[in-house]
Amino acid sequence: MKTYGKFAILVVAIVGTLIWLAAGGISESKTYYKTIEEVTRMGQDSYGKRIRVTGDVVPGSIRREGKEVHFTICEKDKGLRLNVVYKGTDPLPDTFRDDAQAMADGKMDPSGTFHASSIAAKCPSKYEAKPGSGKPAAKPLNQKASIS
Amino acid sequence: MENLGALAVLLAFCLSIYAVFGSAVGALKKKPFLILSAERAVYSIWILLTLASSLLVYALLTGDMRLAYVAGRTNHAMPTIYKFTAWWGGQEGSLLFWSWILSSYSAVVTWTNRRKFRQIMPWVIAVLMSTQCFFLILNAFVESPFQVLAVGKGVVAVQDGRGLSPLLQYWAMAIHPPMLYLGYVGFVVPFAFAMASLITRQPGDAWIHTTRRWTIITWLFQSCGIILGAGWAYAVLGWGGYWGWDPVENASLLPWITATAFLHSVMMQEKKGMMKVWNMALISATFLLCIFGTFLTRSGIVSSVHAFGVSAIGKYFVAFIAIGLGACVYLILSRLDYLKSEAHLESIVSRESSFLFNNLILLASCFAVLWGTLFPVITEAIMGEKVSVGAPFFNRVNIPIGLFLLFLTGVGPLIAWRRSSLESLKRAFLWPTVAAVLLVAVLIVAGIRHFYALMSFGLCLFVAATIVSEFFKGSRAIAARNNMNLVRAMVELTHRNTRRYGGYIVHMGIVLMFVGFTGAAFNKDDTVEVGTGETFRLGKYEMKVREIQDGDTPNYMWQRAVVDISKGGEQIGTLRPERRIYKASQEPNSIVGIRRRLNEDLYLNFASMSQSSSDKAVIQAFVFPLVSWIWIGFGVLFAGSIICLIPPKVRLQYARTEVVGVVQKHAKVEK
Repeated sequence: MKTYGKFAILVVAIVGTLIWLAAGGISESKTYYKTIEEVTRMGQDSYGKRIRVTGDVVPGSIRREGKEVHFTICEKDKGLRLNVVYKGTDPLPDTFRDDAQAMADGKMDPSGTFHASSIAAKCPSKYEAKPGSGKPAAKPLNQKASIS
Repeated sequence: MENLGALAVLLAFCLSIYAVFGSAVGALKKKPFLILSAERAVYSIWILLTLASSLLVYALLTGDMRLAYVAGRTNHAMPTIYKFTAWWGGQEGSLLFWSWILSSYSAVVTWTNRRKFRQIMPWVIAVLMSTQCFFLILNAFVESPFQVLAVGKGVVAVQDGRGLSPLLQYWAMAIHPPMLYLGYVGFVVPFAFAMASLITRQPGDAWIHTTRRWTIITWLFQSCGIILGAGWAYAVLGWGGYWGWDPVENASLLPWITATAFLHSVMMQEKKGMMKVWNMALISATFLLCIFGTFLTRSGIVSSVHAFGVSAIGKYFVAFIAIGLGACVYLILSRLDYLKSEAHLESIVSRESSFLFNNLILLASCFAVLWGTLFPVITEAIMGEKVSVGAPFFNRVNIPIGLFLLFLTGVGPLIAWRRSSLESLKRAFLWPTVAAVLLVAVLIVAGIRHFYALMSFGLCLFVAATIVSEFFKGSRAIAARNNMNLVRAMVELTHRNTRRYGGYIVHMGIVLMFVGFTGAAFNKDDTVEVGTGETFRLGKYEMKVREIQDGDTPNYMWQRAVVDISKGGEQIGTLRPERRIYKASQEPNSIVGIRRRLNEDLYLNFASMSQSSSDKAVIQAFVFPLVSWIWIGFGVLFAGSIICLIPPKVRLQYARTEVVGVVQKHAKVEK
């Protein structure tokens, strides 16, 4: 049974390493899904965490200042608003316009503005589920796939 | 017409129930006529579903806008080929497509085995038809493709439909779903054989021999599907990559990983009689993950950018998966006596242990991907808030796994069964190791410091060297004995043992793909706003916008940037990245311009018109080193898999070591 003992040690070592890597990967890239209401309620807790917040773009609120894009998203039925600044390099999607539903990925800063590093949007009504399997992402929200 | 279609689906549903019970009761009570009638039910289901599918396709092609499915997925201006592919372009149609493929597979299996395996065939049919029955429930009662648009009591037709999503109007997307489905559905067959041999308490591994070809073919379909998806993402989506660890991508990868593990571990069972329980578990897992993948992409349980839709079919899938899982676990546990291992692990440096590690690591990868995909669901259930993980998580775990697998790819096939001596290891691996170390040293001197990239390149060379040396050694012996030249001898060698040398070629393909993946460590990108006549640079390329054109077709409007590329002052080509707005759906789509070369791709995406000044275009430029090797490697993998399927010239009899007290009944190696 000595062989099995050695084998067990190796297995434990491999699995352990992988769990360690996975834990690191999770803490590095975990993103909280929040509504505007929840983000506002989190207050100070929200600073520094990666958050994905969803809301409707308030008509007329999109404003460009150099490379920055400012806009406001709201939760219609609750009357809550959140100011968002986007400084990313990727161009905004075509679907991003007044009244579109936008998903912003980024972090809150203490002044109450949300700093987004990426934006995804879908039109209010046009969007339909695209079924069929194995269709890769239109654009992953978090990061470009890279091996680094 | 829609009534006829719906009726056909309904009848097929009734027949599938009949086939399940007819087969099972016939087998239990030994009533041949029941079994025979169940077999005929299988053919009838295929006929009925073919009829239903043809009706749907006919409606799509002729633009019968009374049908909700047709109106939702096509419009008159669409090219005919995409009207046809709309069959699998939407939820209802693609589910019907699933059913139809399964019924075709079932009919083929039933027909080719009608005089063989009399004991297990009724159960194979019962398992196949249970799955068929589940999908027919969805087709008939939940997501019927023959729904008409109705106002009050009258049926109405709309003027024109909304059109197929523009992202799907691309050649690779037209064949990607069928490939993936052929793969997904195909695994039902080896699974059915496995379960049938468990139910009837077959000793031995006839089911593995019987389904070996089948498994390789479906695995190949799946691989094609995945790689076409990646190629499509690369050429159409315009975000500059081929894999983004999106839930829907992961769903297609999961069963592929377990299937790959299965393909390897069945060799242990064939040659050593080991890992029998494990193989049963793997084939069950593959089947369940295929269903799970279908579920994940359709139910909207995990939100992904392109699968926002939430559908009611989720609970049906959950129920089916739960039942399936329960049945597999019960069957395996209650038949443990028949699945005893015939040999033991003797040494940690042996072929056996390399197979074990291969399986362990594949399963770990599968688990990590599953975990990451379901992370939002898990955290919501446990902590009450949705937390997702992104690409960094998947990369962190899967890159080391991939590299370790690559290492095993080189080592595994060359070390001996049972145990390897140090001397033989040295003989096999000395030169490949030296070559790999030299390469890494050269790369470091050349200024590459990326740890994983260095490892990957080193391992790629290591594995390639072992494979080449295997071919060389074998063919040199044949050449000397038979007076042939080396190339002839190599063909002869491969032909004598297609499984082994085909396998090596598949491994070579994987190596080339890894070279391509590794290139991603050196990607460069930039986003610029440029107008006509302006220039920009990326890496060693200089790009000049010659003009920005626009135009109109019945199906879409387009804008195109004509960009001249030069390198070192010399013009080397022109790229025309294009942006389309499809009229029916008002959805945009980009056709990127790619200059593909073996060393690197230059990739331009016309992202949008600038919002600050209306005559400027926003262009994203990328340089992707080595990415072409992914597609080339896949070509090699494809060729290797086909070679594996060719019957070998020399029928090999494997002497089993340490077969204790079990008489092996050798089934014919045929489908």
